[in-house]
Amino acid sequence: MPQVTRKPEHLHDKKLQKLEELAMTVRRDIIAMLTEAGSGHSAGPLGMADIFTALYFHVMVHDPKKPDWADRDVLILSNGHICPVRYVAMAHAGYGPKKEMMTLRKFGSRLQGHPERERYPGVETTSGPLGSGPSIAAGMAYTFKYLDKKPNRVFVITGDGELDAGVIWEAALFASRNRLHNLTWIIDRNNIQIDGYTEDVMPIEPLVEKFKAFNFHVMEIDGHNIREFVDAVEEGRAVWEKPSVIIARTIPGRGVDFMEFEPYWHGVPPKRGEEAETSMAKLRTLDGLIRSEHE
Amino acid sequence: MPKGINPKAKLVKNLFAADIEMKPTRDGYGQGLLLLGKTNPNVIVLCADLSESTRSHWFKKEFPDRFVQMGIFEQAMAAIASGFALAGKIPFISSYAGFSPGRNWEQIRTTAALNNANVKVAGAHAGVSVGPDGATHQMIEDIAIMRVMPNMVVLAPSDMHETKKATIAAASVYGPHYLRFGREKSPVFTTPATPFQVGRAETFRFGTHVTIVACGIVVHEALKAAEELSKKGIEAEVIDCHTIKPLDVKTILASVKKTGCVVTAEEHQAHSGMGSAVCEMLASNFPVPVERIGVQNRFGESGDPFMLMDAFGLTAPYIQMAVRRVVARRDGKRVSEIPEYITAAEKRAADLKKQIISEALARTPREWGGKKGTIKDLIAEKKKKA
Repeated sequence: MPQVTRKPEHLHDKKLQKLEELAMTVRRDIIAMLTEAGSGHSAGPLGMADIFTALYFHVMVHDPKKPDWADRDVLILSNGHICPVRYVAMAHAGYGPKKEMMTLRKFGSRLQGHPERERYPGVETTSGPLGSGPSIAAGMAYTFKYLDKKPNRVFVITGDGELDAGVIWEAALFASRNRLHNLTWIIDRNNIQIDGYTEDVMPIEPLVEKFKAFNFHVMEIDGHNIREFVDAVEEGRAVWEKPSVIIARTIPGRGVDFMEFEPYWHGVPPKRGEEAETSMAKLRTLDGLIRSEHE
Repeated sequence: MPKGINPKAKLVKNLFAADIEMKPTRDGYGQGLLLLGKTNPNVIVLCADLSESTRSHWFKKEFPDRFVQMGIFEQAMAAIASGFALAGKIPFISSYAGFSPGRNWEQIRTTAALNNANVKVAGAHAGVSVGPDGATHQMIEDIAIMRVMPNMVVLAPSDMHETKKATIAAASVYGPHYLRFGREKSPVFTTPATPFQVGRAETFRFGTHVTIVACGIVVHEALKAAEELSKKGIEAEVIDCHTIKPLDVKTILASVKKTGCVVTAEEHQAHSGMGSAVCEMLASNFPVPVERIGVQNRFGESGDPFMLMDAFGLTAPYIQMAVRRVVARRDGKRVSEIPEYITAAEKRAADLKKQIISEALARTPREWGGKKGTIKDLIAEKKKKA
């Protein structure tokens, strides 16, 4: 049984660098996995690689060997279509064998195209149809805070296009009405949805003001800066009277230059061969973080 | 009595050939909307952030003023559409069937059906043939929840041409309509000349031994099954039941009075769908043995679309098993407790899963604990076999 330490652990520079390198490996594996699957979403998973790495390898209290451990922090992925990043982070954390990444979206795999709790308990909830995550997270946070009086934290990740859905704002009302301070809502603000840029399809700005008006503690960060993210989580921990929302500004397709900012890459994988190889090569040189023989 | 393919159905000549044209039914929806755009100025199209995959982007391009962009909000879309309808327009609301009518059922019930507003609900990505996206996106309960709704017309066309006709027909009749169609390419086996009328089932094949009532892309599987059965001396009548509500009682009843037994086949839960509608009608009029081909009280899952159709027991071989069973029952013979088409599909699914996963794992790169090659090799172009 792992020790339950919920004291914030300082993020040393050395650990930060390790996390950044791991995030690059996560990106590599996302590309390989999607290429092998032949379908799936590229932009969201690549854009959220840093945050997922930070969550699984620094922020959350969890035990990969006991996905249903009662004292764990919970991560609800509301925009289920970005599950490849979760599957990769979970494989590296030890929730399953890495070879399982070969089976994404294939018949008989635990790694369904959209995550399913009944097949892979560590994913916490089934999701895909957008908007329900914050409500599920709020239900769990309410249980921990008021009914079971436990210190578990609940994290929920939503997309930004997803904020179109009315149920999102119903959950926001509920979370702030009940002062769910143990709930941290992370918004992947990458400005794209399937039909185009969010501000063209259905504008959601001003987002900070919207969440402030819903009585959330609002933080806005660079979603590719792991230290900023970790600091924001810690800041949210210190706010007792409100739920927190972290608006993480991310670049969709982050790491592969021809995918970045392009709505096209929302829902397609790189093609086997040149496209996948170029994606991988672009990734390898990103910010000089990863060096390889292919440079 | 006539036997074999109904010449008046004007089906394609290469009905069972390998080179039959393959097009998704959603293309028919897109084409139907385009035509309506030209012919009916009151038609408008709403889409909840899925314009390309529902094919409503064709209309969007041609008639941008009559395309109304929705965000990812199916509930509001349904009610907004009712508003448009009450103001005199004919709105088509487009999304995946799992979300619309899956998520916005109450808005459709109250604001469209109970209002009797002229709203057309188009549910794309119906059925398990959606493929790798998995259960959340494979809608197999939509016929059930829509056919139970008063005032609602429910259409499940069988190929691209029929989907186009159904789209156009939906606009020409006042009142709420639900139109379901799929994502994956499927055989285009009807022609523009094939008769189509809302509320009238089409007999595509004549037979005297058993009636097969099918809808959606499974109609083609039913025809294939009938062809195979014919070689064994069983002549099946195949009815394309594209209109599930109102059900064409006359056509189905006339056939069943001739054959005395029925197999229904649909890409939907075997319960509460088209097959159940047929059973309800027969129970009240002319009870006979019925076997229902459909998804057996379970959710879909990720996989190749055609493989899923097979593994879920929705293809011709399983329809044949159901026919043999229902004929045996009609003739008073003993049959197995659990239908063969269920046990055979379960076994097929288990075998396929084992095969697919072991094949994938055998190619695991070294970085992921495998023995063969690297990730670089994995993503490289597959070498063509010499």
